[in-house]
Parts: sequence; C-alpha cells; structure tokens
Amino acid sequence: MDKRAIFGGRLLPYALLLPQVLVTLVFFYWPASQAVWQSFLLQDAFGLATDFVWFDNYVDLFSRADYYRTMATTLAFSTAVTVASLSIALLLAAMADRQLRGGTVYRTLLIWPYAVAPAIAGVLWIFMFQPSLGVLARGLRGIGVDWNPLLNGTHAMTMVVLAAAWKQISYNFLFFLAGLQAIPKSVIEAAAIDGARPFRRFWTIIFPLLSPTAFFLLVVNIVYAFFETLGVIDTMTSGGPGKATETLVYRVFSDGRLGADLGGSAAQSVVLMIIVIALTAVQFRYVERKVTY
Amino acid sequence: MNRRALIAAASLIAMSAPAFAQTEIQWWHAMTGANNDVVVRLAEEFNSSQKDYKVVPTYKGSYADTMNAGIAAFRAGNAPHIMQVFEVGTATMMAATGAVKPVHVLMKEAGEPFDPKAYLPAITGYYSTAKGDMLSFPFNSSSMVMWYNKDAFKKAGLNADQPPKTWPELFEAGKKLKAAGFPNCGFTTAWTTWANIEQLSAWHNVPLSTKANGLDGFDTELKFNTPFHVRHLQSLVELQKDKTFDYSGRTNTGEARFTAGECPVMITSSAFYANIKANAKFEFAAAPMPYYADMKDAPQNSIIGGASLWVMGGKKPDEYKGIARFFSFLSDVDRQVKLHTESGYLPITRAAYDKTKASGFYQKNPALEVALIELTNKEPTDNSRGLRLGNMVQMRDMWAEEIEAALAGQKTPQAALDAAVQRGNQTLRQFERSVSR
Repeated sequence: MDKRAIFGGRLLPYALLLPQVLVTLVFFYWPASQAVWQSFLLQDAFGLATDFVWFDNYVDLFSRADYYRTMATTLAFSTAVTVASLSIALLLAAMADRQLRGGTVYRTLLIWPYAVAPAIAGVLWIFMFQPSLGVLARGLRGIGVDWNPLLNGTHAMTMVVLAAAWKQISYNFLFFLAGLQAIPKSVIEAAAIDGARPFRRFWTIIFPLLSPTAFFLLVVNIVYAFFETLGVIDTMTSGGPGKATETLVYRVFSDGRLGADLGGSAAQSVVLMIIVIALTAVQFRYVERKVTY
Repeated sequence: MNRRALIAAASLIAMSAPAFAQTEIQWWHAMTGANNDVVVRLAEEFNSSQKDYKVVPTYKGSYADTMNAGIAAFRAGNAPHIMQVFEVGTATMMAATGAVKPVHVLMKEAGEPFDPKAYLPAITGYYSTAKGDMLSFPFNSSSMVMWYNKDAFKKAGLNADQPPKTWPELFEAGKKLKAAGFPNCGFTTAWTTWANIEQLSAWHNVPLSTKANGLDGFDTELKFNTPFHVRHLQSLVELQKDKTFDYSGRTNTGEARFTAGECPVMITSSAFYANIKANAKFEFAAAPMPYYADMKDAPQNSIIGGASLWVMGGKKPDEYKGIARFFSFLSDVDRQVKLHTESGYLPITRAAYDKTKASGFYQKNPALEVALIELTNKEPTDNSRGLRLGNMVQMRDMWAEEIEAALAGQKTPQAALDAAVQRGNQTLRQFERSVSR
C-alpha cells in the first residue's frame, strides 16, 4: 500500500523544505563557492592585496610534478584504508553475529575506538610505533625488521594506513552487525537445510543481502579516507618521510594553513571536490546497480 | 539581533567597571605548561605595577595556530594588540605592511625611552630591518647547542669534560659511543633543517641565501647546495648506514631519545634544558655546536629560534602607549635576569646577560650560558644575523623531505640539496609574487 501525504497547496511543501535547503546553502554551497572563488585569486595571508588571476593557481598546481605523486599516494592510501577497514569490520561482524558467551561485551569493546578523535588515534599509534620507545616497534626490531618510519616510506605508509583503518573499523562493524542482524534467520536456516556450508551461505545469501549496507559503507569509507584522515597523518608523519604519506587533503592543509598559500590551497580543494564528486557519482552509477535492496 | 545583545552586554560591563577607564591590551600567545605560567605571571605583574592598562593574555594553540588565529582575526577586523609569532613567521608578518606596527615606530610614537643598542644584536637582528630598526619584540629566544650524556661518554672511554669540538671529532665519538652500548644512535639532531642547513650555514659564515639570507629583500635566492653543505650531508648519509648518526625527525619530537638514554648526543634547542633537567636520569652537559675546522670563519655565531611579539596595526594611540609601556616593562634588567634564570629563555638585553654573569649563576648552571656564548661569539655578519624567508614553515618541510630522501638513500646528497634549493626558490618566488604588489 502506498502511503502518501497530499498537500493542498504548493506553499506548504516548499515552506517545509526551506529549512533544509537553507542549511545546505549556508553550510555547503556557500563555503564551496567561496573556495571556488578563492582559487582564482592571488592573495597574501592578511588579505591586504588581492588579484584576480584566472587559472594561474591551477596552472601552477598542475605544473608541479609532485602533485601527481600526491594523487597516486592518495589513491594507494585510500584504497588500502577502505579495503582494510571494510574487510576487517565485516570479518569481525560476521564473527560477532553468532551466539557467543559475552557477545555483548565483545561488541561494545569493538565499538569504542570510534569515540577516539583521529588526531588522538594518531598519537596512540605513534606511541606504539615510535622507533625507540614504541611497544610494537620494539617487537618488530626483535624479529629482525629494521623498523624506521622516519626514513622508510613503506613503513610510514603502513603505520598511517593501520591507524586510519583502525579508527574506522568500529563504525563499519556497527553497521555490518546491524545489517547482519536484520537478515531473516529463516533464509539462512533454509539454506543450511539444503546443505549449504557456512562459507557458501555467506557469499550466496548473507553478502548479497548485506550489499546495501556494504555499498553505503563503501561510499562513507572512501570519503573518510579522502578527507578525515588529515588528523592521523598530521600527528603521525606530517606527510613524510619525503612525501611518502602526503595525501591530497594533507596537502591542502599544509599549503593553506602552514604555507598561507590560500589561492593554491583553494585550487587544490576544488580539484579534490571534483574528484570526490566524480568518485561518488561513479559508485552510484555502476556499483549501486549490483546492490539488492 | 546579535549586535544588540552585544551592546547590552558591553554597557553592563561598562557600568560595573571601576570609575577610571582601564585600557585593555589583548595578548595572544602559544605558550603551554610552565611557559604559560610565565606569560600569565608577567601580565599580572604588569597589571599590578600600574593602573592605566590591563594586559590580557590568551592561549591560542600552537605557534602555527596562534598565527593563523591572528591572521583570521585581522581579516575579520578584530586582531589582538600583541601576537606571539615564531621566528619563521617573521617574513610573513613584516610583509604585511599596515597590518603590523613596527616596534621602533611604536616606541617612538609613544615617546617611550628606547635604545636599540641595549639589546643583544644576535637576538634582535633576526627581528630587525637590514638597517637595524626593530620590527618585533623578542620574547622567548633560544639557540641550538649540543647536549651530551656524560655518563655515556665515560662508558665509551671519552673525556666527559672535553666534548667534541668539530664535526669529525663528533663522528669519531659517535662511533665509540655506538660501540659502547648505543647501537641505534651514536648521535643525532632534532629540528633537522635548523641544525643541518640553517645553523650550519650561520655557524660557518656561509650564506644560506642571497640578500643577507633574505633580510635585504624578498628577491632572495637559496644557496645551500654548495660543496660545503653537500659534504656535511654526505657525512651524515654515510653514518646513517650503521646508525652512528640516526635521524630523529623534522621537529623536536625525537628529543625524548636523549632523555630516555637512547641517543647519547642530541643537537637541539637550548630550551630543551628544562625538559632534560626534569627527565634525564644521568649526568648531562651542553657544548657549542660542532664545526668544520677547515672553514676559515668557523665558528662564527649561531642564530636564534623561538618567538617574538608583533604589534598589530589599526589600534588606538592610547592602546599603543600601553603596549610600549609593557615592552619597557619586559626590557627591565632585573625582570630579564629573573625570566632568564627561571625559565631558561635567553635574556634580550646585554645588561641582563652581564648581570646574570656577575651573579655567578652560570658557574652553577653552565649549560644555560652555552647558547649565549654561541650567539655572542662574533659580531653577526650578513650570513649569521638571521633568516627572513617567506613561507618558511612550509619550506622547512620541503628541505626536510629532501634530507630524508638522501638519508634513505633515494637521492644523492647533491641531488637532494639541489632539489631543496630549487623547490625552495619556487616557493620564495610565489611568496614574493603574493606580497610585493
């Protein structure tokens, strides 16, 4: 049965929509348009002199070879963070979605890390991985790995990916668990009676039924990896060594905030915004087709 | 509606205020812990010393945070009166003509007695024009010294009272220390670019960039890819291979390696003193930075680090009078002596240094004098007065990236320094473009 509210006039629905539209305009479109405008300007930090320079900031940006390297780093970083946090969370959720002694405690504990701010997560991990004092670093050195994230780019990348993914696992876990618990037990039992083994049950029944959740999390996690990992990277590596862990968003931050290059930084935000819009569009266009609601 | 509420609130405050009108002076700073206490105490002492002005200190986060907050406030039209800015922000601040009020102008207009010669040139030089006019008021200054673990020196059979004077001597000492139970680190430096590019250049009287390291103009060009600089980096790269030298990062986060006893020699800021004193469980001492004996002017003098107080533009004459009074208050000899001996900051006037010396303080605390000996070692030259490079914070990161690439063996030292210079020059031109219009 289709439930639908019918409005008498035209005014009321628009009036009801207005607050939401206003919020979106003020908090999204206004700042975004400011960034676009700023990206065409050349301005000193204090805003004492402003020149409209057309596409100079963009030309300058794309003439820098290291900008492409930053893009590649972002791609590797985001893929690693998304894959790691989604797969680990799914594994944990599948394990937790069973009759377990102390299951509630286990679930609660898994959700806790989400309450930790990214920068603090970074600090926690840096303590563990700090070459001279960190517990994990000592362990690694003990088994013969010359652990040195200060000079070894691969080590530094591993470290930030772990910290960034760890933080997101709880969030994903929460959604996966809720998704799993919403799957009717009868379907799974029917499959079991038909002789399907747990592994097969998971891939042919549970995972497709979970796909709306998985798709939602994919979008959220990619956005997270692109934008919200700034704090982790800033506290752990500051983009180093070299530029091994410099992502696009970290570069926006370092050029804009540390370098006071507002125009260049704004141009980068615009590029980043376009990338994320494109990525999300692609996901909705192609990935969502495979989703069963 | 907001404005009306503000006016109402303001009039309430005005009504409840005492009969005499006190002029408030907002002071934004970046000091934490014990240093924050120093700031608060200074403001309190000043406020109780007179009735006309009230200095209100506000903590605004890290140095970068404070500077950004001040810039944002200026753009919104409500900048503080005094803003503490780290030394590397100097070029950005001085380029903001109109946004800031140079200290020498402030003092003159306020009619406050002010003798620029009373200050230590190695400190004020960093914050003055090429002609010697003071732009910002030095607040917390430090320099770079070599801290060493005396117990470790004894263990390695080295003379703990005769620390290495030159870099080659330090390299040898590092090898002995490494063999004597410090396998991961014979010696190290914090603030890698400050130590291995900036101080290295000044200490050997070689230019880091043209135009007196930028003091004479924003059209300065970096020059630190000379054979001398390359040789130094080459030595570090060689020693990094077996960890006689071990890299400790771009800032001072690696300093804990010294206090934890992992690295027996740490070249870093003289302001590290309070931290070591509180945390080190071994005997320690400070010595001047090492030098290369074949460089004819070495050792020259070191340059400072730390922060200064900038006065923001567009305030009322009465407020400027108050700020000038406050700066005179800060320059007072006894106050400087007290600040220096209690906090470990360097004194900014010659009289304060002489008085501390005469009191015999340094006999008991020799480590605190090392930075002053370095700074006053010789009359500063164009190469050792200071640095004034735009976008310096970001540039330091660029240089550090290249040093890291060299230490990791991805680039030769020459290629790394060439790239650091080239990328730095690109940034300098960008800064020049944005300010000189």
